[in-house]
Amino acid sequence: LAAVKEMATMDTIQTRREHKTTTASPLSKALKHGDVLFNATIALCALAVLVLMIAIGLMLWASSAPSRSAEGWSFIFSTEWNPVAQVFGAAPFVVGTLITSLVAVLIAVPLGLGIAIFLAELCPLGLRGLLGSMVELLAAIPSVVYGAWGIFVFIPSFVTPLGNWLMNTFGDPNNLVQLPIFAGPFFGASNLAAALILAVMILPTISAISREVLSAVPRSQREAALALGATKWETTWQVVLPYGLSGILGAVILGLGRALGETMAVTMVIGNVAQLSTSLLKPGYTMASVIANQWGESRTVLYSSALLEIGLLLFVMSLLLNILARLLVWAVARRTPEQTE
Amino acid sequence: MNESITSGQASGMEAAHDFASPRCIAPRHLKRSARHEALRRATNAVMLSFTALTTIVAIIPLLWILVAVVIRGSSAMSLQFLTDTFKPTSMGGGGVWHATVGTGILVFLAALMSTPLGILAAFYLSTHTNTPIGLAVRFGTDVLAGMPSIVIGLFVYTLMVARRGYSALAGSVALAILMLPIMVRTTEEMLKLVPKSLREASLGLGAPEWKTSLSVLLPAAATGVVTGLMLAVARVAGETAPLLFTALGSNTLSTALDRPIASLPLTLYKYAVDPSKVRNAQAWAIALLIVALVLVLNIAARLLAARQSRMMR
Repeated sequence: LAAVKEMATMDTIQTRREHKTTTASPLSKALKHGDVLFNATIALCALAVLVLMIAIGLMLWASSAPSRSAEGWSFIFSTEWNPVAQVFGAAPFVVGTLITSLVAVLIAVPLGLGIAIFLAELCPLGLRGLLGSMVELLAAIPSVVYGAWGIFVFIPSFVTPLGNWLMNTFGDPNNLVQLPIFAGPFFGASNLAAALILAVMILPTISAISREVLSAVPRSQREAALALGATKWETTWQVVLPYGLSGILGAVILGLGRALGETMAVTMVIGNVAQLSTSLLKPGYTMASVIANQWGESRTVLYSSALLEIGLLLFVMSLLLNILARLLVWAVARRTPEQTE
Repeated sequence: MNESITSGQASGMEAAHDFASPRCIAPRHLKRSARHEALRRATNAVMLSFTALTTIVAIIPLLWILVAVVIRGSSAMSLQFLTDTFKPTSMGGGGVWHATVGTGILVFLAALMSTPLGILAAFYLSTHTNTPIGLAVRFGTDVLAGMPSIVIGLFVYTLMVARRGYSALAGSVALAILMLPIMVRTTEEMLKLVPKSLREASLGLGAPEWKTSLSVLLPAAATGVVTGLMLAVARVAGETAPLLFTALGSNTLSTALDRPIASLPLTLYKYAVDPSKVRNAQAWAIALLIVALVLVLNIAARLLAARQSRMMR
């Protein structure tokens, strides 16, 4: 149907054009030049967006050249970051970023999915809009406000008791059960604090996109399952979720992308210690926060190009995650027939 | 007892269930199936309440942050705080007028740069939906929207600050880059909602395409464009990371575009990590200012968008 409409539009445009050429008055010629100009302008503006994205990548690539040639691939795997000795290894930041983001995703996915299911399948219509916008307002609160809340409210009243409990229960070397991810010492500002705040920050991303995906699952799928005697939950878990699975994966990946690049809130609560640590309770450092903290002090070319290379890594990560997420979301969109027409 | 409750209510469902899987024909199984039925119902109830619980859990941090910001922020808030510029803590700490002006200038300039560019790019995307360039541009917009803001800060630093020094202009360029994908996306969505017949009628009357776009389609989508602009402003008004090494921040009231300029989120960051208690209290007052601005813009944009989409249908 859309294609037919498209063709009809094309036809009208074409007949209009033919008409124009037969009665070529100076005025209509000038107007047609206006069209050419307009189309060129909007094409240029659209291309500007694309060029901008490519320019960011190229500039980061070019300006990180000194560091890339000095360190090579070992930049990513070397654990020593010592600006005074001009030794730059980004592993502590890469690991810190991955740990905080992955833990954040692990916490946010069940919650986000629960919200999406509740809002798309269960919630009474009157409440749906209100609750949905409240969850999405979490995304509107600026990162730096999350950071301030983290320092003064969230860490003292929630993270510290939780961290102490985890350390005493699982991290104590005298205990029977000892998990290295809960090893101390613990002072509040830690990977755990960053991961928890990141989980809150990416929750709206995951829940909003999953909700859209769930709403796009055809009604007939649900009705078929219910007619076979499935309960509401069985319908949701065994029919609706598998149908939209790739879209939900896309949502999770976009959430992960958000978490990887988050700067201010993480910088304010993670403690900023450039040491490789796999404990959630120890302070850490992420790629974004090392750029934010050390860019101002990077006096030497090698130092600043090392930070630019970390920026390049962030760029590449976010590019790859975006490609993956788009492919997954598109896969669902293509499989789902248009519902409105 | 379980059996008696469920068998009455669920006999129809059971029949359907058994019908669905051919293995469940044996009568022995029918007996077990009643218990099975109770289990399924229990799972259903538990999991459905779990999803309701997750929604409540998600709303707790929102309320927690809002309450903390309002309570702690209002105690340091005063008219003087809003109208004074920076003073040392020994003189009471002063106010944030310089940062408010700075944020205003930065956001205004960013909107000025990104709005026309975003609208025109959205026109291109709405007319070239499935062409290779159209798809590439849409992908570029998506990537730009997901790009960490600190990376954009680095980009603008290398592009502008490395040569000409920290400036308000560099800060607003960084914010404009952040606003651009939001503007493009919302404008495109709104242009899609404009009925095709409107465009066809205008073209049919002999109006050229540019005139149709600018004086028929754009006004029809105007509310949507304004909504997008409000959301974009709300997004960048609280951005700190890209300003760290572009606008840099300042303690004086300045309106010059070629010099460093203060902004509310940067000042909030500095005051929050400051050891002084006075500064910490002021940080909360700034947080109250920013959150109020961002929430008002967001809620207004939502209401506007809801009204608009109702009118279009």
